[in-house]
Amino acid sequence: MSALIAATLIAPLLGAAAGLIAPTTRLRDGATIAGIGTAAAAAVALLIRVANDGTHVVRVGGWDPELGIVLVADLFAVLVLPVALVIIFVVEIFAIGQRRTAWGANPELAGPLLGVLTTGVSLAILTGDLFTLFVAFELILVSSYVLLTHQGTRGQIRSGMTYVVMNLLSSTLFLFGVAFVYAATGTVNIALLAERIPELSDGVRLGIGAWFFIVFGTKAAIFPLFSWLPDSYPTAPTTITAVFAGLLTKIGIYAMIRFHTLTGMDELGSTMLIIAGATMIIGALGALAQSDVKRILSFHIISQIGYMLMGLGLFSAAGTTGAILFLIHHMPVKTVLFLVGGLIENDQGTSNLDRSGGLASRRPLLAAFFAIPALSLAGLPPFSGFVAKFSVIAAGIDASATPIVVVALAAGALTLLSMTKIWIGVFWGTPPDDKATRSEAPGNRTTMLAATGLAVTGTLAISLFAGTLFDLSQRAADDLRSAAYVTAVAP
Amino acid sequence: MSIALLATVGGLTTVGLYLITARSLSRIILGFALLGHAAVIALLAAGGPPGAPPIAGNSDEAIANPLPQALALTAIVISFGLTLFLLALAGRQHQLTGDDLVEDDLEDQRIARTSSTESSNES
Repeated sequence: MSALIAATLIAPLLGAAAGLIAPTTRLRDGATIAGIGTAAAAAVALLIRVANDGTHVVRVGGWDPELGIVLVADLFAVLVLPVALVIIFVVEIFAIGQRRTAWGANPELAGPLLGVLTTGVSLAILTGDLFTLFVAFELILVSSYVLLTHQGTRGQIRSGMTYVVMNLLSSTLFLFGVAFVYAATGTVNIALLAERIPELSDGVRLGIGAWFFIVFGTKAAIFPLFSWLPDSYPTAPTTITAVFAGLLTKIGIYAMIRFHTLTGMDELGSTMLIIAGATMIIGALGALAQSDVKRILSFHIISQIGYMLMGLGLFSAAGTTGAILFLIHHMPVKTVLFLVGGLIENDQGTSNLDRSGGLASRRPLLAAFFAIPALSLAGLPPFSGFVAKFSVIAAGIDASATPIVVVALAAGALTLLSMTKIWIGVFWGTPPDDKATRSEAPGNRTTMLAATGLAVTGTLAISLFAGTLFDLSQRAADDLRSAAYVTAVAP
Repeated sequence: MSIALLATVGGLTTVGLYLITARSLSRIILGFALLGHAAVIALLAAGGPPGAPPIAGNSDEAIANPLPQALALTAIVISFGLTLFLLALAGRQHQLTGDDLVEDDLEDQRIARTSSTESSNES
């Protein structure tokens, strides 16, 4: 099992290195696809193994957990890992189809950088200590900075600055946080922290909890720290935005679920719920005000983060289960929506609602690919969003947290409203006059549609296997809330 | 010793935070350089009292805690790379616009100007 864990970290990096030196496009694509694909396959195998055999811990270099790096494949990690890696794999296929269009990323860089990003994501999910988490965040962010700005257009540089400055600030705060934690407890290992942080005095303990809430919250784009997200995401090439939308904020919320649940920061719960409610509503209202497909979808990311934060903030077994399930559902759905956004842009030369229309009759398949994840995101049955939203809201009702449940339901209705806005603007009505000539955009539509179709099938599979996933999420949540994680890492 | 370190951290953080509130990216870069130093010193201060170099069998004195030093080295390398990237970003912005100011979100400004009646007419 250690080999599988190593494969998820090393294969994409090797693929990226080979991709950078490969002489031809075909070889470069082959190298990056092979790297990311190997990692994704290893992650799926890891899920099966861990679900059957339990948590597996790798001590890198054989060091004691107090001193060395540990990689922990617990159920929570291996539930999120395959979803994340398969998403990157699908997007890389989409990117290969899209590269010759005006909205495609620069293929020289995008493939290898996606490989580096993949390693960062695997490391962030598998790591068992705070400092390696910091390094993993940096690995993800550095490749995301370059992916976001590598075309060097004016809009990208402008919004890239906001993105880099905000994330750099949160990384610096993260480093300060590591120093505080080390000064207070003498370790950065999360399992040991789970034992030692509850023994600290209340002021220090909650200070650390609040500090990391801000650090991870900036990465996750919670209210009021989200301003960088809707500005920067829409300016990047579609494939890049799809990966960012599906993964980056979710890694922040993943770290938050892991850290705050394991260290038992229950007292922060009410603050988290208030911020979760504000995040949901502001995100949904922000989406309503926009008139561009990608910007609407960007605001939806923020709104959806609120639901995961709500599940976490309840600090109950059902709440954590809901948050984990929501995380798993949200990643592929959001990615598909952005991929469809890219296809829309390809077809009519813009993603602006005012300058598009009539796509449902011209591209019925595209309309279906949009409708399924859109309804899923709004939380309508029988799609995956319904199961996820239901479990979070049911947990809220169980904990008799009525205000947040009302807010969550209202935000769901607002999400549906803004999705309807996209539907009316893009898919209904008559196409604007001069668009017929532009619809012959270059790029391999078949590859792009196949990749999107694959991702749509993935989201449908999540709703089909919702029962199994719910059980697994429940076990993962129990592991986090009990001492199972601690005993596995530091017996 | 520790008070001096803490005062340094405080001073660097204050100046760094002041600098990153500026509009010009070159000031922000300087601010982040200072904040990075402050964080690294905080890491070192968290490592406990000073001691002999942490090499096994080198001396009989108590050795310094090597772990925060390893963490600090990693952090320094990362912040070095990021400073370079920010400089490249500032250079590109200068190439494009002639300055290196961080600008506002254009779409936000457009939406803020849209009155409620206009937006209802549009939809």
